[in-house]
Amino acid sequence: MAKSLNLPYLAVAAVSGALFGAGLYVSQMVDPLKVLRFLDFTAIPTGGWDPSLAFVIVPAIVVMFVAVRIGRRRQVPAFDTSFHEPEFKKIDTPLVAGAAIFGIGWGMSGICPGPAISLIAFWPFSLLVFLVALFVGSYAGALVIPSGHDKRLAIAQ
Amino acid sequence: MENFTPVSAALGGVLIGLSAALLWLGNGRIAGISGIFGQLLPPARTVVWRLVFLVTLVAGTLLASYLVPGLGVGGPGGTPAVLAAPPAWFTGGAPLWIAVSGLLTGFGTKIGNGCTSGHGVCGIARLSTRSFVAVGVFFGAAIITVTLTGIV
Repeated sequence: MAKSLNLPYLAVAAVSGALFGAGLYVSQMVDPLKVLRFLDFTAIPTGGWDPSLAFVIVPAIVVMFVAVRIGRRRQVPAFDTSFHEPEFKKIDTPLVAGAAIFGIGWGMSGICPGPAISLIAFWPFSLLVFLVALFVGSYAGALVIPSGHDKRLAIAQ
Repeated sequence: MENFTPVSAALGGVLIGLSAALLWLGNGRIAGISGIFGQLLPPARTVVWRLVFLVTLVAGTLLASYLVPGLGVGGPGGTPAVLAAPPAWFTGGAPLWIAVSGLLTGFGTKIGNGCTSGHGVCGIARLSTRSFVAVGVFFGAAIITVTLTGIV
């Protein structure tokens, strides 16, 4: 418990959050219209497609891939006793249904959870509606899936 | 492809990757925004670092818009950020469209255990089979949704 109020631990969270926000601004993934221009594959034949999102996610994955390899060698993170690696393994209905439902919501607005939070910095009109709905939807989801780590693990391991 | 910005996209992607790498190697946590956000709700156990991360995420966005102004939307040199207008055929009004989008995003990422960052960046980097499936499904569903609604 003490670790969660430990200064280096919170400093890591703070710097990581700031890097994430800066990355969303620099990559312009903070702009829902730019994300939608990636998702609009119908624009490919006319040359209006914007492939930028792919150029964001691939370098991000490469950097994280290296970090995961380093982590496997080191075995423990610097400021905690173990890596909180997701233990779920099974491809189950909540995973597939959840991803499909999220995809529909994402396609309707071009806003996924990261940009939803980072857009607070620029506070566009109606963002509050999205954020309240995001919170309510997430809470509703928590009522549907089995609550508690052990039960969730039992169905998805 | 007049809107294509590969250099700023890749630089931003590296920053997001460094964010995820730091949180993983420092604290052993996945930089998945829906998870960090969703687990602020009761019965949350580790609220403080999540709040710190989300507050500095907003601050980092704002700070970057002053340090590197005018890249696109937001900040002193950028065009104002706006949400996308609903497609013309939808007569229910923008707030309803946005609310449904937010509800589906919150609900779907909760039961599917992740979003573009948690599954898309961290899960793929961990070579998680669940994340590969989730990423294929949510990108597919989003592309189909954009095509069918004609929102762009």
